[in-house]
Amino acid sequence: MLKEEEIRTFIEGTTNYFETSAQQAASVGSPYLVTDGNPGAYEYTGVIGISGARKGIVYFTAPRGMLTVLLMRMQETDSSDENIKDLVGEVANTISGNARRDFGKNFVISVPTVIAHDPEKVSAPHARSYVIPINWRTHSAKLVVCLE
Amino acid sequence: MKLMIVDDSNIIRRRIERSQQIDRLEVVGAASNGREAVELFRRTNPDVVTMDLTMPEMDGIECVQELVALNPNVLILVVSALADKATAVEAIEKGANGFLCKPFSDRQLNEALEELLSEA
Repeated sequence: MLKEEEIRTFIEGTTNYFETSAQQAASVGSPYLVTDGNPGAYEYTGVIGISGARKGIVYFTAPRGMLTVLLMRMQETDSSDENIKDLVGEVANTISGNARRDFGKNFVISVPTVIAHDPEKVSAPHARSYVIPINWRTHSAKLVVCLE
Repeated sequence: MKLMIVDDSNIIRRRIERSQQIDRLEVVGAASNGREAVELFRRTNPDVVTMDLTMPEMDGIECVQELVALNPNVLILVVSALADKATAVEAIEKGANGFLCKPFSDRQLNEALEELLSEA
């Protein structure tokens, strides 16, 4: 069973990115449980793999519109596909860094991988996932925690 | 003073290039992994380096060690999402002069570079 403080660490890693990099806080929607193994994804997804005390994946997934505005808020004028992928990877990287700090060596956390333009390729390793909606400006993204 | 930026993220490299402190620095190059950074360092001999830690081929901690061995006076600011204290302590022990956690605001980046440059 996933502990509440574990989920909170992943949420804080995500919201901290918006608050610090874009100087504009994101809000967190009501988390919900998906049990069919298909929590879904948007166009761009940054995935971290976790092993050790827990096994599975955590990913941040967002539409291009949100990531483009986020880049603009960071004074970045180049919203090329490469930079958007870079950005979603950096958000995942931050989530990973937070998790390493809070969970220590019991969690082995991989370097993030990015999946773009093919949301079907983002697959959950277990049937149950917690989905946390992340809302920022008029945009919506998702943080998905799928750990056994 | 000459600056080399080491980070596998293009948007981070560009953010550092846009820093307010950049007027005091000449960017002599950017590298996206530790191996590339060591080669670039040998060619350009920068005074200041910003260094990511999690990178392919050679990680940032190993790279810090190599750069300090090449020039013990180089000033290195580690810029990393690895937010745990043990990592920061290790980086400083290997020769880094400062540590900035990702994500960072423009103000935090500016202050970290300013502090680093004050050591020169």
